[in-house]
Amino acid sequence: MSTDMQALVPLQTPMRIFFDEFLENRIATVAVTVLFVIIILALSAPLITPQNPYDLATLVLTDARRPPGFVGSNGFTHWLGTDAQGRDLLSAIIYGLRISLQVGFTAGVIAFLLGASLGTLAGFIGGRTEALIMRIIDLQLSFPAILLALVLAALLGQGKWQLIAALVTAQYAYFARTAHGAATAERSKDYVEAALSTPLTPTRVALRHVLPNCLPPLIVVVTVQVANSIALEATLSFLGLGLPVSEPSLGMLISNGFQYMLSGRYWISIYPGLALIALIVCLNLVGDQIRDQLNPRLKR
Amino acid sequence: MFAFVVQRLLQAVIVMFVISAMVFVGVYAVGNPIDVMIAPDVTQEIRQATIRAYGFDQPLWVQYGIFLQRLASGDFGRSFVYNMPVLGLILSRLPATLEITVAAVMGATLLGIPLGMYAGYAPESRVSKTIMAVSVLGFSVPTFWIGLVLIFTFAVNLGVLPAGGRGNTISILGVQWSFLTTNGLMHMLLPAVNLALFKMALMIRLARAGTREVMLTDMVRFARATGQSEWTILSRHVLRLIAIPLVTVFGLEFGSTLAFAVVTETIFSWPGVGKLIIDSISTLDRPVMVAYLMLVSLLFITINLVVDIVYIALDPRLRARKTT
Repeated sequence: MSTDMQALVPLQTPMRIFFDEFLENRIATVAVTVLFVIIILALSAPLITPQNPYDLATLVLTDARRPPGFVGSNGFTHWLGTDAQGRDLLSAIIYGLRISLQVGFTAGVIAFLLGASLGTLAGFIGGRTEALIMRIIDLQLSFPAILLALVLAALLGQGKWQLIAALVTAQYAYFARTAHGAATAERSKDYVEAALSTPLTPTRVALRHVLPNCLPPLIVVVTVQVANSIALEATLSFLGLGLPVSEPSLGMLISNGFQYMLSGRYWISIYPGLALIALIVCLNLVGDQIRDQLNPRLKR
Repeated sequence: MFAFVVQRLLQAVIVMFVISAMVFVGVYAVGNPIDVMIAPDVTQEIRQATIRAYGFDQPLWVQYGIFLQRLASGDFGRSFVYNMPVLGLILSRLPATLEITVAAVMGATLLGIPLGMYAGYAPESRVSKTIMAVSVLGFSVPTFWIGLVLIFTFAVNLGVLPAGGRGNTISILGVQWSFLTTNGLMHMLLPAVNLALFKMALMIRLARAGTREVMLTDMVRFARATGQSEWTILSRHVLRLIAIPLVTVFGLEFGSTLAFAVVTETIFSWPGVGKLIIDSISTLDRPVMVAYLMLVSLLFITINLVVDIVYIALDPRLRARKTT
């Protein structure tokens, strides 16, 4: 890949054109900006939040369930109110975003690596192996991803890595399907024949030469699937099958606030939800834009 | 054709066996159900007797063998928690899920297709852009959060709709139905809307994409040349051409909603199958989990089989490819 990049930079064509075109769409540009802000907020969470929501010592129970704008006994204003444990919601949301992003990206990237290699290899090997692999993947795709994730999360138990494993298993098939489609199209091209006539092993040709050429459609799937993993994680946490309580993700914050909703304390659920939606909508908008740009049928 | 159907049927049976083994072993690995069933302070003898009575002292493969044997005779075992046959338990919860599923999928289709077709017919209009914006939201916003907002708005703030439960039901042939009473309908409304939003977004997208493509074809130009109204063209010709993918998605979505109304049912405490499975996961009610997963797998494998066969029956190109 690095040699490819060096070849591209002096020409300044494909990447440059891609970014210029991307910035032409105002909505997508806003979405990318919001995404960057969210990521920076999440990365610098310990530096900017007024309170560490995981440090039980800083929580004051008499400050619990206060509405937005309440000045707590610690002396700072809770702009978004506090939750049932007296956590500052703004801090909790920023930390929650951090967890959601971490889980979503890790699961998305692992699923991508696994699915893309499997799909490319299957498309490349062909024959019975291909038929078998793709049959299993099609079968898996016919089940709703959330069902698989739910069952696996229940079976594997609570914990960050268990959750990621469940998400990866539920999602790698989408990458495999896309990569397989792209790889079958690439296989008949001349450069593959040329590469195979050298002493390189077929696996190496598949993963180092064919896979990079299958990347464009896969990039679109990555953005969409990262958004999906974040939504899935939130849903599982909401159902009580996600992360442990010690690390409240956005889904768990929403779930904790649910019981107070009926008494009109909307902020505990609503604000984490808005943060979650901002994250997912922006990822989807960016994904949509990339897909439109990479789709040759919609080229102007 | 016949050979293909037989081959697919065999495949489906093998897949069911593999799934049954995976489900059995997987569910076996979760927790120790004996701790749920008996109080921790009972004597060792009672504990041993209970373990023996449920067959937990047998090796795993023996338990699996017994499980398969029972399955063959339609016996899924008894729920640890409800102490009644699992199959009966699941079937008793099914009507509740069926009700909101049918309402949601019908609503989503009847609203989503016209909206999507309009958005595809006039893609540049302001209304179409609004429709598409709504569909992006419907895709992105997690179902459970929409459920919360619906409850907060209509049940807590406006106080016009109930927040949960099934309301009054009427019994027909021993099955309770909510949709026959006004009160029951009021209770159904929010969960059905909650379930429907995602499917409506999907229908809008599919219908829009299909309509956009068809509107550019010569067929529409000729139809216009014959002097037919735009309404006739859309409702008589375009709709038929875009129907096939819509029908497929309708079928698949119906299956997945039926199997997976978990989130909505949990939020609105709707006593359906989804609520049952979540409860059984948290109480480690093994027979219910196993039976539910088996039935859902059976449902999906059947849907896939039917879709495959219908496609082959409809499309001669696929038929030619499969037989060679």
